[in-house]
Amino acid sequence: MRIGRVEKTVDYIILSVFALFALLPLVGVLFSSVIPAADNTGGFQLPRTVRLQNYTDAWTEGHFSSYMASSVLVAVAVVVLTFVLATLAGFAFARMTFPGSGVLFFVLLVGLMLPEEAFIIPLYFNLRTAGLTDTYWALILPQTAQSLGFAAFWMRNHFRAFPGEIIEAARLDGATDRRLLWRVLVPASWPSIATMAVLVGMWTWNEFLIPLVMITQDQLRTAPLGLAFFQGQHMTNYSLLSAAGVLIALPIVILYLVLQRRLISGIAGGVGTR
Amino acid sequence: MAQTLIATATDAPRTRARRRWQPAAYLYVAPSVLVLAAFIVVPLLQTFQYSFYDWNGIGASTWAGLKNYAAVFTDVHLRDAFLHVSVLLLFYAAIPVILGLGLTIVLSHANRLRGVGFFRTVLFLPQVIASVVVGTIWVSIYAPHGLLNQALGMVGLGDLSRAWLGDYTFALIAIGFIGTWVNTGLCLVLFLGGVQNIEPSVFEAARIDGAGPLREFFGVTLPALRGQLAIALTLTVTATLKSFDIVYITTQGGPGTSTTVPAFEAFNRAFNTGQVGSAAAVAIALTVLIMVISWLITRLQPKETA
Repeated sequence: MRIGRVEKTVDYIILSVFALFALLPLVGVLFSSVIPAADNTGGFQLPRTVRLQNYTDAWTEGHFSSYMASSVLVAVAVVVLTFVLATLAGFAFARMTFPGSGVLFFVLLVGLMLPEEAFIIPLYFNLRTAGLTDTYWALILPQTAQSLGFAAFWMRNHFRAFPGEIIEAARLDGATDRRLLWRVLVPASWPSIATMAVLVGMWTWNEFLIPLVMITQDQLRTAPLGLAFFQGQHMTNYSLLSAAGVLIALPIVILYLVLQRRLISGIAGGVGTR
Repeated sequence: MAQTLIATATDAPRTRARRRWQPAAYLYVAPSVLVLAAFIVVPLLQTFQYSFYDWNGIGASTWAGLKNYAAVFTDVHLRDAFLHVSVLLLFYAAIPVILGLGLTIVLSHANRLRGVGFFRTVLFLPQVIASVVVGTIWVSIYAPHGLLNQALGMVGLGDLSRAWLGDYTFALIAIGFIGTWVNTGLCLVLFLGGVQNIEPSVFEAARIDGAGPLREFFGVTLPALRGQLAIALTLTVTATLKSFDIVYITTQGGPGTSTTVPAFEAFNRAFNTGQVGSAAAVAIALTVLIMVISWLITRLQPKETA
């Protein structure tokens, strides 16, 4: 079916208007991040001079070198832990038979729908008693738990859809479950695992409430927490705030641009929440 | 979503149903189950327990019965918080979904246009940006010299300009509009993706039968989009009810208490004002609300996928 010229034009106009609506605030913050602080009123303005030093200021004076390092450490730890645990669990749920598997799988999925408020209050008091608040563990372990529901579901679906002949062939060669999982299934599943890892990494990177509750020391703050803190201190230093915002958003935006189709279908597929 | 998950969770593995059960499976599942139990399930049960006590977070706690739950309905501040979040639902969920569907009427063949991939990328972009960053961006847009007041001045409506987030009447709407910005692209991308799955021959047939764009939408497009509609509603409605970050960054519930939401009240009561029991009751009420609404939405889903 052909699309008429009028319809085509109307389509492009509508799409452009909404694309502009989505982009304008983002372009604004990008401009704002290179305008010298003295000239920055917070409004939308084209930069007359480009001052990249705002970024180094945010990096050093704004402590974002430390905040970003914390964020990287926490995100990597959560992704690695989630990957190992979810791969094991996903394999069992997809390929093994055992009593209680339905109930246990349901327990795993509970984390998918709960708001964080449902568990964070006692979690804070528990971790404080255990001496774990104000450590990276207070960020890594709860966020791993939060990611497991989605990740185990994702891996299980993937392992279930895996061609049965390959698995049978490996079994005939005498492969144990452990060998089958790590030497056959996982190496063949990298695209799917990568998507899962990027989604979990993105949710962890962007997380705000858990660091807000668990962390008080400056050197342990993650980037979003650092930005919120910085905003509270320097409400009107729009240049530095914008530069910091761009620093936080950029790694995720780059990953998104590289993997966009997979990420969109991961989020929009209906299980993409944490 | 919830029902899809539950349904798939309980059906027996088809491929190897005959096999004897394997005790080793528990070793594979145990690490995940333990982590989940320690950091989510047990705390969830404790939240339930806390909600029946009065506790300031430090001293001894006293039994409060259902008082904290009654307060959800009688305490003006809590009632307002739930009222505010229902206003936000309009902006975070209703407007993006309706706008997305409305535009889909016009754009129902747009996925065959050149460059539609570029538009999809851009429209979806707000979804991947950290909410704290989104919050700071909009704080500057709503600032006295920010983009919104600039734009009003440019079209001769400068009299309307104000500090939007400091305004009792407009702060909540201003926060709502941030949600509209974040979620409109999501809905549009979802619906355009759904339309893509409809066989072109169905549209042909509708055209040959003389159906106009509206008839085509209600007869062909909308029924085919039920699955996407359920997903869009689940994602946007739960995101609204969970909303905390944006409120914390933009207004901290102010001015006064004009922009408080349940998630913010739960946080604030637990960690700032020493009303842990009340915070727990708010958290449980919110959780139940989210579960019930997600369940209602999944009933929209077509039977084959539910």
